Amino acid sequence: MPIPFPFSAVVAQEEMKRSLLIAAIDPSIGGVLVFGDRGTGKSTAIRGLAALLPKMRAVDCTYQCDPEASDDVLCEDCRAKRAAGRTLKSRQVPVPVVDLPLGATEDRVIGALDLERALTKGEKAFEPGLLARAHRGFLYIDEVNLLEDHLVDSLLDVAASGQNLVEREGLSVRHPARFVLVGSGNPEEGELRPQLQDRFGLSVEVKTPQDLPTRMKVVRLRDAFERDPNAFVEKWKRQDGKVRRQIQKARELLPSVEVPDATLERAGELCMKLGTDGLRGELTLIRAARGLAALQGDTEVVDRHLKEVATSALRHRLRRDPLDESGSTSRVERAVAELFGE
Amino acid sequence: MNMTAANPAADQGVDAGPPPAGAGLSAWDDAVLAAALMSVDPVGTGGVALRALAGPVREQWLSLMRDLQPPEAPHRRIPLHVSDGRLLGGLDLAATLNAGRPIAERGLLVEADGGLVELAMAERISAHTAARLTMAFDSGEVVLERDGLAMRTPSRFAVVALDEGVGEDEGLLNALLDRLAFHVDLTHIRVHEAIACDYDPEDVVQARARLAGLTLDEEQLEALCGTALALGIPSLRASLFACRVACASAALEGRDQVEAEDLAVAARLVLAPRATQLPPSEEQPPEEPPPPPEEPEEQEQNQSEEQQQEPQELEDTVLDAAKAAIPADLLSQLQLGTLRRSRSRATGKAGAIQNAPTRGRPAGVLRGELRSGLKLNVVETLRAAAPWQRLRREERARRGIESSRIEVRQDDFRITRFKHRSETTTIFMVDASGSSALHRLAEAKGAVEMLLADCYVRRDQVALIAFRGKGAEVLLPPTRSLVRAKRTLAGLPGGGGTPLASGIDLGMMMADSIQRRGGTPILILMTDGRANVARDGAGGRARAFDEAKAAARAVRAQEMSAMVIDTSPRPQQQGRELAAEMGARYLPLPHADAGALNQAVRVATG
Repeated sequence: MPIPFPFSAVVAQEEMKRSLLIAAIDPSIGGVLVFGDRGTGKSTAIRGLAALLPKMRAVDCTYQCDPEASDDVLCEDCRAKRAAGRTLKSRQVPVPVVDLPLGATEDRVIGALDLERALTKGEKAFEPGLLARAHRGFLYIDEVNLLEDHLVDSLLDVAASGQNLVEREGLSVRHPARFVLVGSGNPEEGELRPQLQDRFGLSVEVKTPQDLPTRMKVVRLRDAFERDPNAFVEKWKRQDGKVRRQIQKARELLPSVEVPDATLERAGELCMKLGTDGLRGELTLIRAARGLAALQGDTEVVDRHLKEVATSALRHRLRRDPLDESGSTSRVERAVAELFGE
Repeated sequence: MNMTAANPAADQGVDAGPPPAGAGLSAWDDAVLAAALMSVDPVGTGGVALRALAGPVREQWLSLMRDLQPPEAPHRRIPLHVSDGRLLGGLDLAATLNAGRPIAERGLLVEADGGLVELAMAERISAHTAARLTMAFDSGEVVLERDGLAMRTPSRFAVVALDEGVGEDEGLLNALLDRLAFHVDLTHIRVHEAIACDYDPEDVVQARARLAGLTLDEEQLEALCGTALALGIPSLRASLFACRVACASAALEGRDQVEAEDLAVAARLVLAPRATQLPPSEEQPPEEPPPPPEEPEEQEQNQSEEQQQEPQELEDTVLDAAKAAIPADLLSQLQLGTLRRSRSRATGKAGAIQNAPTRGRPAGVLRGELRSGLKLNVVETLRAAAPWQRLRREERARRGIESSRIEVRQDDFRITRFKHRSETTTIFMVDASGSSALHRLAEAKGAVEMLLADCYVRRDQVALIAFRGKGAEVLLPPTRSLVRAKRTLAGLPGGGGTPLASGIDLGMMMADSIQRRGGTPILILMTDGRANVARDGAGGRARAFDEAKAAARAVRAQEMSAMVIDTSPRPQQQGRELAAEMGARYLPLPHADAGALNQAVRVATG
């Protein structure tokens, strides 16, 4: 597998980096959608983040179950083992980051009859798909707006329920599939289906930097990386390590981060002002702010955190006006400025 | 190894006129230089977008380019309608049946590792195919998740995209263009110019060896990045490519460090074709004569002085080199401010999505016979056959046949059914004539915008036709990009006569082609019905209206769903008559606000 560009060497694009880190700290936020110009390092950042994530403990089963998970999140094998009173042996494994490539067929995504075993042994066995592999990790879809509709449909259901239900070829399988959905794309190539857009917790817009020093820095780093990836990664190892420790610390801190009533109220006001549909926006806003607080080592969520994540958490939840090119971002910013004062 | 145009034939090209400035003299030499530089650093430069119609010039370039490749490097040509299986890889049916277990077949992109991919008719390539290519490009590997196979295979290759597009609207997808360092246009090169090539494969081999040791210093980097910014090139890939190409140029010329001349090459070949604006300070009248033929020598002269130059001056030199290569017509377009910031070559290529009915949601698999037109689902067939293999093997053994092959019988055949969701395309035919403009072109625009929003929710495609003055034109071919639709609409000027028949004709033509591709067109005509220009451009109300009615009858004959929105201040007899001839709904909207209009269309189109 090609060496990914180090996450810490991604220049600028602070909103994207922050959102990805928050999603890594709190998977329940529901993933990140990165939309924007070409050549802004969308997939670079995502692959880079994947490479530096801290390892996780996993049972040696098909789905890499969490040995400490409650029964309903375990796969059938692990549940049976636990019910039988056996301990679930586990080991450290890298967090899975699974690519859902365009052109994937449905059988590979949701899983299907294992062809090899069926042909050679005549056995009916389930061969898990990408959704199974992405359990507890990240599912990354580049050019998500070009994904075939029928794949989007399968994804939506699984992303919402955290479970993949396979009913085909005489198989009936249910397995856990909780993953952080990360999508990227370029709006010029087509809009994203609203239903899919809603599934993403945070939505980020990336733009090409327009100032010369930043542009030079990007080109210089990228060039150095491509000349000698190994040396480059070695050089950025410590920086990446710092980010990894930051994530680890934030994860430990997260459960103890307090959200005072005043902050909750503020979040509610903001969502009301913007007229976001349903409670999802509010919930994501709070969660993202809490993730950010943890990331910054704070134990209480305050206005500052809300302000910083509001745009990412809400811009894709406003009542849609597809013709408004930059409208939703500025609408959120305006509302934030009005509410919090500048 | 001098790339200066030395042959007299090239000089004649200038006197003869037409090939415009910049695209003139050294165009062929630059095209060859691009081929050589790409060969020096295929992965770093991504490849060449080659704009030219099929013909001897293109053939000559391609054959020169192929000769420059190392003999062991693979070379694959990808046809327009390549299937995913062939492109990315999939199940090898013959081998699988033979071996009795799934055997993967390598895709074209994997086979091309370390070499070159030629894309035939690249301007027609679908966004889906392009996305698969760019994915492999960006990650350096081909990820396969198909037919029960999962593989990642490293693959790095350069692409030569053969763009046979004509005119501004037809061309490579931006996603692809952005990833190819060189944009070469052979359109204005004549056959007798396309001869010389000063490079041979040995040069390339030597240059490749030299390439690793070459880097840009800070000033050079700043010069290239600054130039890109000054020329209004948003994508950072362009700057990166420029750096690569400068290094490749130095390597090719046998230098051990990058010189100003190399930067000039990079600016000319990489940055100039991408320019979307001229640097603000510079005055340059569009009629300025073509750059003098001795331009390359000039650069060489400058070269010695540039050693001591400040970065700003270096940047200016690079900028000049880029400007000299910007074709004159682009220049004049820029000055007129008519060039759109990004040439909107996004998708929305008519029917790119509809063209592929086998991409729909597979609506299950049927047991069935193989007839032509049906698609055998190999994996499902094998899955169906699998459980029986032991039995069949034993049966064969009883008959004395020893074989481990998979036996597939007729019963096992599984056919994929596709539910083809017929996509709706709403064609707006907007009357932009003087009389309409007077009344409420602005209001009609507002209404169309609201309808567009509705189309967005329904994932419909939209197309825009305007008619005014002497005729009708397609402002926007069917697209899903509503942002484009809005932008186009906003720029629609009003005024002139009302060539109603031409407008309806054009709408019908588009509707017809949509129908032939399996889509469902809806025609929405917004007019005040006051036709006064006939099909041939002549004036005269009576004839113009008669023709319009005839055109409307054609709509009814084809049983298209249509609607006439009367935008005149008071409901007119003409509008009603027209709607009747068309078999269309008639919506008089004396004081329509956009919301009411939207509501009406929603009801009418379901």
